[in-house]
Amino acid sequence: MPFIPHTENDVKEMLAVIGAPSIEALFDEIPAALRTRALTGLPEALSEMEVTQLMERRAARDGRPLTFVGAGAYEHHIPAAVWAIVTRGEFYSAYTPYQAEASQGTLQLLYEYQSMMASLTGMEVSNASLYDGASALAEACLMAVRAHRKSRSARILVPATLHPTYRQVAHTLTAGQRLSFDVLPYDPATGTTQRAALDAYAGEDITAVVIQQPNFFGLLEDVDALTDWARANGAMAIAVVNPLSLAILKPPGEWGAQGAGVDIVVGDGQPLGVPLSSGGPYFGFMTTRREHVRQMPGRLVGRTVDLQGKPGYTLTLQAREQHIRRSKATSNICTNQGLLVTAATIHMALLGAAGLARVAAASQARTRELVEALTAIDGVELVFDGPRFHEAVLRLDRPVAGVLQALAARGIVGGYDLSAHYPELGDTVLVCATETKTTEHIQAYAQALRAIMADAQPDAAASRDARSGSSAAK
Amino acid sequence: MSEPLIFEHSRPGRTAVVQHPSRAPSADVPQQFRRTRPPALPEVSELQAVRHYTRLSQLNFSIDTHFYPLGSCTMKYNPRACNQLAMLPEFLARHPLAPAELSQGFLACLYELQEMLKEVTGMRGVSLTPMAGAQGEFAGVAMIRAYHQARGDHERTEIIVPDAAHGTNPATATMCGCTVVEVESLPNGDIDLEALARMVGPRTAGIMLTNPSTLGVFERRIREVAGLVHAAGGLLYYDGANLNAILGKVRPGDMGFDVIHMNLHKTFSTPHGGGGPGSGAVGVGERLLPFMPVPLVGKEGDRYRWLDERDLPQTIGRLSAFMGNAGVLLRAYVYMRMLGRAGMQRVAEYATLNANYLLARLVQAGFEPAYPERRASHEFIITLKRQAREQDVTAMDFAKRLLDFGFHAPTTYFPLLVPECLLIEPTETETKETLDAFVDALVAIQREAEQDAAKVKGAPYTLPVRRLDDVRAAKQLDLAYVPGEH
Repeated sequence: MPFIPHTENDVKEMLAVIGAPSIEALFDEIPAALRTRALTGLPEALSEMEVTQLMERRAARDGRPLTFVGAGAYEHHIPAAVWAIVTRGEFYSAYTPYQAEASQGTLQLLYEYQSMMASLTGMEVSNASLYDGASALAEACLMAVRAHRKSRSARILVPATLHPTYRQVAHTLTAGQRLSFDVLPYDPATGTTQRAALDAYAGEDITAVVIQQPNFFGLLEDVDALTDWARANGAMAIAVVNPLSLAILKPPGEWGAQGAGVDIVVGDGQPLGVPLSSGGPYFGFMTTRREHVRQMPGRLVGRTVDLQGKPGYTLTLQAREQHIRRSKATSNICTNQGLLVTAATIHMALLGAAGLARVAAASQARTRELVEALTAIDGVELVFDGPRFHEAVLRLDRPVAGVLQALAARGIVGGYDLSAHYPELGDTVLVCATETKTTEHIQAYAQALRAIMADAQPDAAASRDARSGSSAAK
Repeated sequence: MSEPLIFEHSRPGRTAVVQHPSRAPSADVPQQFRRTRPPALPEVSELQAVRHYTRLSQLNFSIDTHFYPLGSCTMKYNPRACNQLAMLPEFLARHPLAPAELSQGFLACLYELQEMLKEVTGMRGVSLTPMAGAQGEFAGVAMIRAYHQARGDHERTEIIVPDAAHGTNPATATMCGCTVVEVESLPNGDIDLEALARMVGPRTAGIMLTNPSTLGVFERRIREVAGLVHAAGGLLYYDGANLNAILGKVRPGDMGFDVIHMNLHKTFSTPHGGGGPGSGAVGVGERLLPFMPVPLVGKEGDRYRWLDERDLPQTIGRLSAFMGNAGVLLRAYVYMRMLGRAGMQRVAEYATLNANYLLARLVQAGFEPAYPERRASHEFIITLKRQAREQDVTAMDFAKRLLDFGFHAPTTYFPLLVPECLLIEPTETETKETLDAFVDALVAIQREAEQDAAKVKGAPYTLPVRRLDDVRAAKQLDLAYVPGEH
């Protein structure tokens, strides 16, 4: 029996102790009419070897395309040591560290993580993680509403240049709580949010302003001006950041002309040692000022001492959480993403500030190289040319979907089609290169795109390519 | 046994240089956007980092190293194959926005997982996107709200929750903009049906139930509960915390539930990872199909594709940036394929056998069950109120002393209804020998409590630290290392 160790003799002895005639008798409190018959819809069991062959076949079918898409998830090199340690059973198969004395490994690691994230974002305190970047933003909006002492509006300004799915998730998760979101338009010339867009709200009761850096187009926003506007107008500032970029970019704790900083920082920690893995599990991070710590959702680890005065670590401020506060908790959140935080902590320790800065700079340089290679192709142009991190918006002379399909047939994931969320930009695609991309990779992409764009009948070619691609993939 | 902080191993200028990209021109960042001081990350060699984190891991209890009978948490063995196969290089490298043509293998796993979860729960549709149990709960209550609102039934904002419920239930209801009404449990552990009958009405949005309940007993009159709530126009939400108890024996869909969430990290054996990632797939009956969170995976002919807002215009929306905890879903898929039809029906059988055996042994040894006239489900509660009264030794003292005996403690002080309680869940993957050793440990601690209570109250003695000062942790908040302060 898979994973069940009982021998026939064990079962006999155990039933005798219980005083039950059979295992079946143990279910005698379930009304007979409700009992399940055979689960005929389930397949028969596979051995470990068989399931391995099945999964290897399926993985091989998807292959390893060359990936030039980011849009919130980024391919980076992860040191071999990271996941070798993360998957040690002592981390992998432990529960939430409720019994602190038996969980000092996880707890100390979380304390180290909190310290690293606080420093990386330039804030005072970090929680022990949330689910992902998008849900972390939703939690930050709810937290701002709780923490703002004067604002009554629960009204939040969100730039159109924020990751569109983050905005959707924030809507979903706050729908029951009367928050409202106003979308700030971006300047069509720069692709960034201008202070003028905010001035329309001057004098109104605004609870918080969300600022993403770099923004969804990969461009650097004038975060100092936006943060100062929030402060001057009595709104809290919520930063959404790529944590890797903070190795080279000004941390949100120092945003503003005088460096006063934002109130809450969130983002997705995936670029810090977490594989793309089809979208998850990743982890969301949140850091804030000390004055707001009691309004922060999620677990927190504190350093304390044991009864002999020896330092140790424990979950703290649990009175904010659902298992104590029930309907009055700061959030219904229960788990964090402990295992992914384990990866991020080891990743940051191995790379250090210098290593992360080199990865960030190398990614930025590769994107520059990619943009140069692709915009050399007829029918491809760069849309916004301001300072950026490692993503860029390109406009094509034809619909993006067909081009991406044709690229996929050549084993290239060519970017993110912006037309659904940003129809005003026309036929545009968001591309990304990280330090994992070599000049050969970039040239392979450019060659494929050149061939596709040279086709006089792009649409017909795309559908032909897509057909041959799907049969080749089988 | 203790390990300094990683920061204390740090020396300026030391790096694991092999991890740096060899080609890295200096960053192209205008002055106004540039970071001027580097973050205070440690500067250590690769060996130092590996040794430090390996040592930290050794300070933990885990399923792989210790019996971990944490009630309500289903700490069963996490098969290694599940992890290894979810981490095949192609799955790890797959970008969440890769087109469906390059994702048919991955999508096939998710589609089949949806189908298998429908079958074991008796529901009509499954969405895999919630990232944890609490998000699954959120999705469930949000769907109930959306259903009533779509019918123009705007007054239905009350969610009924048993007094024994897990804390996430009322927290979730509040997060969804509902008010919470508590219904009491009878002394035998069942819900007070008469009280429930008085509560339901035109304001009832639904009821959130766990069955077996958090008291470790099966709610025998579940069909009457369903009848009452449905007749009043409300819907039934099943909290899947205890699904391990009934897998293959009774299906939430057949009990009358309209929506459920499953904790894949409990029942379907994905690892808890020191507190996450979880995964809280939701299943729904006919009425809630249009409201499921997206994306889902659909199948047309032999081709799989994502279903999104265009396919489900009434969806409650998205809960994550991409597709929930995809890697966790692959682990659950591999687990279910290895168990198969027969294995899935054995889970509840042996989980229940182990729980009832452990309960019987403990009762024989003089421990007091909270619900003596009831069968245990996959877990059960003993109360140490007599020990607290007579020896001044509490449930927490027993829990801490168990650590010295090499056992992780059961859940303590939950559910809140039972004084000085231990909620014990052995799971189906433990041997009889382990259960016997656990009984021996509790008996030994009981003897210590009678002879030398101070010894039990001072526990633990053999762990990396003695009992920690939680009050100090909360009062003198120290949440981050600051150089020079430690």
